Amino acid sequence: MSSSSLIRSDVQPSPAPSPPQPVLPLTVAAVVASVIGIALMVLAAVELRNFNHHGVVSTIIGVVLVLLTLYPLWPTLRSIGAGRERARLLQDGKLVAARRSAARGREDAQIGMGYAVASVVVALLLLMVLANSAHGNGIAHTFFSSSAWRQSFSQMLPAFWINIWVALIAQVLVLIFGLLLAVMRMLPGRAGAPLRRIAIVYCDVFRAVPAIVVIYLIVFGVPLAAPGLTKISPTLLGVLALTLTYSAYVAEVYRAGLQSIHPSQTAAARSLGLSYFQTLRTVLVPQAVRRVIPPLLNDFISLQKDTALLSIAAIGEALLTATIWQAKLFNLSPVTLAAFFFIIITIPQARFVDYLINRDASKRAGG
Amino acid sequence: MSFLEISDVHKSFGHNEVLKGVSLTVERHEVVCLIGASGSGKSTLLRCVNQLEQVNSGEIHIDGDTVTGAGVDLNRLRRDVGIVFQSYNLFPHMSVMDNVTLAPIRVGGVSKREAQEKAMVLLESVGMGIKAKAFPDSLSGGQQQRVAIVRALAMEPRVMLLDEITAALDPELVGDVLEIVRELAHEGLTMMLATHEMGFAKEVSSQVCFLDQGAICEHGSAQQIFEEPREERTQQFLSRVVKSGRL
Ligand SMILES: Nc1ncnc2c1ncn2[C@@H]1O[C@H](COP(=O)(O)OP(=O)(O)O)[C@@H](O)[C@H]1O
Ligand SMILES: [Mg+2]
Repeated sequence: MSSSSLIRSDVQPSPAPSPPQPVLPLTVAAVVASVIGIALMVLAAVELRNFNHHGVVSTIIGVVLVLLTLYPLWPTLRSIGAGRERARLLQDGKLVAARRSAARGREDAQIGMGYAVASVVVALLLLMVLANSAHGNGIAHTFFSSSAWRQSFSQMLPAFWINIWVALIAQVLVLIFGLLLAVMRMLPGRAGAPLRRIAIVYCDVFRAVPAIVVIYLIVFGVPLAAPGLTKISPTLLGVLALTLTYSAYVAEVYRAGLQSIHPSQTAAARSLGLSYFQTLRTVLVPQAVRRVIPPLLNDFISLQKDTALLSIAAIGEALLTATIWQAKLFNLSPVTLAAFFFIIITIPQARFVDYLINRDASKRAGG
Repeated sequence: MSFLEISDVHKSFGHNEVLKGVSLTVERHEVVCLIGASGSGKSTLLRCVNQLEQVNSGEIHIDGDTVTGAGVDLNRLRRDVGIVFQSYNLFPHMSVMDNVTLAPIRVGGVSKREAQEKAMVLLESVGMGIKAKAFPDSLSGGQQQRVAIVRALAMEPRVMLLDEITAALDPELVGDVLEIVRELAHEGLTMMLATHEMGFAKEVSSQVCFLDQGAICEHGSAQQIFEEPREERTQQFLSRVVKSGRL
């Protein structure tokens, strides 16, 4: 053939068929990991039972935990079977079938190993938590004392309610004020320049100053500076402080959303005769809001957490109440309880954000 | 005086001079086709006519009124000059009906019912009546482009600018869209269109302008430009088009 042709025409030797991969090493590793996991978990279960003075609940929990650590043995056993099958098929010269068995066996062994390693981690954590507990200190007693929880719970719950409604009101205000700031930052032309600058300075300042400082200044400063306003409750001032801080972040989120919309949308709207503000209102903002929901919710989650900062202004929310109980009981568990409250309300929101992001991603992939 | 007069228009983006003194007159009911290589300034010229881009110097008059420079009511001008883009640019968060009625209601001051009735008539005339409630993302490119044309027509423009409106379409969808343009031409709508569909340009246009590097290199009747181009660059451009199978 001529050397100028685009493809080579001389035939290449066909490659040797690849042999099945080994299964045994993975199986052995899975067995070892499983055994270590079970041993550690038994140890942890015994510790747990001792810590709770051989109580029924702790016994049941211990048994369940140990049973759960037995689970990785199941795929591990299956991988042993697959390894045998692989050897037999290989002897019979059934190469492709042997490769399939090997793949199945390796996958099973890896699954077993994954669960076994997880149970090792959980068992080690439990052991760490329970260490020293026999002497009345240690992690379990310091952070997870159930009697401290029982005593403080009835006051902690209403205190946490304050965190929730402070967050809710601040979030609504932030949505409005943040959008206002974002639009201010996007005012066009020389006429818009002064307001644009004010918005920029505002966002810079309030993103620079720590929220805790803003809270301190507002809650203590406003009644001093304007004695006529002493009637305003400190909690409302706290809402104000959080609103001021978070509006700066949310304005940036809105702005990023507005700027992410392709200029061709503006061109289309303007070419129909819509004014700048009509375009903003009917075309840009509605599209931007949809896009910014996930980052907006992330900021809302931070805001929710930062309601705990109001404790420095002597507002009786969850953290302040928890520290009062801590002093009373010489035990940190009420603070851990406050942490649990935050976790419980935050996790569903975090999952919801993930859901929205995934939905958008799949929509884009599908569209 | 001609209906649309473009005289000595210059336009630069930074140091890149994109239009280098373009002059062109368009009579009422005329269809003018702009042809030329990618980057020759066709889109920029069209966008200057409805002031999506501002010219650096030169003037554009529509119906005797100067529409370039300071003090022009752009929103008023754009009601008279419709534009359809290559990438449709429908509003994705609005139904087809809302896309079409947005400007008549907000800008034209028409009542919602009236706007919807009129939009329905227009949509049905392009075969999109059944899709009035659909959202743009669920439509094919050809359907979206038909909606975009209707959206521009709903403002009853006196001139329509069409910027390569079939360039993004699959070949089998091009015909439906061109059919609409053909009909508009027959009805006597004044149009300026940038296009790579040479056959179509030949058929509908009363005047063809060949743009080359930001200047009108040659213009004349469709017959003259396509059958006996005088300029060498026009000849080269057309022979490249023939090679690509587009003529
Ligand atoms: N917004 C813009 N900013 C900078 N350069 C631009 C812009 N729009 C167009 N251009 C440049 O102007 C030239 C002409 O572009 P265009 O009018 O789109 O040509 P055509 O439509 O004939 O392909 C190109 O070189 C392009 O890069
Ligand atoms: Mg173009």
